[in-house]
Amino acid sequence: MTTKLFTATLALMLVSVLTAQTVRAETPNEVLISLHKEAAGTPGFQNFEAARGKILFNTKHGNDWSCSSCHTDNPSAQGKHAKTGKIVAPLAPSANAERFTNPKKVEKWFKRNCNDVLGRACTAQEKGDVLSYLLTIKN
Amino acid sequence: MSNLNILPVLAAAILAGSLSANIVHADDNEKGSRGKYSGENRGKPLQPAQNNAKFQQECSSCHIAYSPGLLPAASWRKMMTGLDKHFGSDASLDAQDNKEITDFLVKHSSNRWSATTAPLQITESVWFKRKHDAHEINPVVWKNPQVKSPANCLACHPQAERGNFNEHDIRIPK
Repeated sequence: MTTKLFTATLALMLVSVLTAQTVRAETPNEVLISLHKEAAGTPGFQNFEAARGKILFNTKHGNDWSCSSCHTDNPSAQGKHAKTGKIVAPLAPSANAERFTNPKKVEKWFKRNCNDVLGRACTAQEKGDVLSYLLTIKN
Repeated sequence: MSNLNILPVLAAAILAGSLSANIVHADDNEKGSRGKYSGENRGKPLQPAQNNAKFQQECSSCHIAYSPGLLPAASWRKMMTGLDKHFGSDASLDAQDNKEITDFLVKHSSNRWSATTAPLQITESVWFKRKHDAHEINPVVWKNPQVKSPANCLACHPQAERGNFNEHDIRIPK
């Protein structure tokens, strides 16, 4: 009984530590590093490329929207939701210090937007390419 | 004996009387077996006094955070289980956030919706259509690019985000 309780407490502590980590604020570079670690495990991976990210960002991939449909082709500018018209704050970290500092938020939006734009989840390579591109943009 | 026979009849008559009184009250001057707007009526209040930060933050990323009282509980439940295909867009949340927001929406959903319908679009409900029909609003208004769509409450209701759709606060763009 005591052992069970101990295990449960330990599990609970572990969960809270993990949760705390996922919501911990990071820098865009730290986000890029963890994407790099993820991508490094896939066969054929060489490096992230900003140029490839820029193309991915501005091109449609079989669906109605590209990333730039809402974020515009200038990620340091304010965007506008293609359907609702709601203002979208700038995406480039140089123009908006909040961007790519919350891993949970990064994951949430990549999942949503990749589904909308590509009809599937993005690979770590693709995410890394796009973030590399966004990091090349100077305000 | 005859007195005893009369009792159930009397009880039934009283019951019927109170039921019809209820219906008339709910009807609020409009005909319909389910009450005003055929039972598809928005709640009152539309927005609870106490807001929920997660609801506010998550539901206003792409559009305004529509007041929970605009739809019945069944609509919100349906909405929140289909967020991965939310009006043609992926708006999915993690399980924990989803639950918190669903609970908030359901708790403060329309308290005047008696129909069994559960639309996903606020603009499909009877009260919405009645309040925005050609008698109420010149159809030209809908063609104004500033209005864009009937889902764009803010175009004419500047305080929509606070759940205020008061007639006196309406500003129709020219």
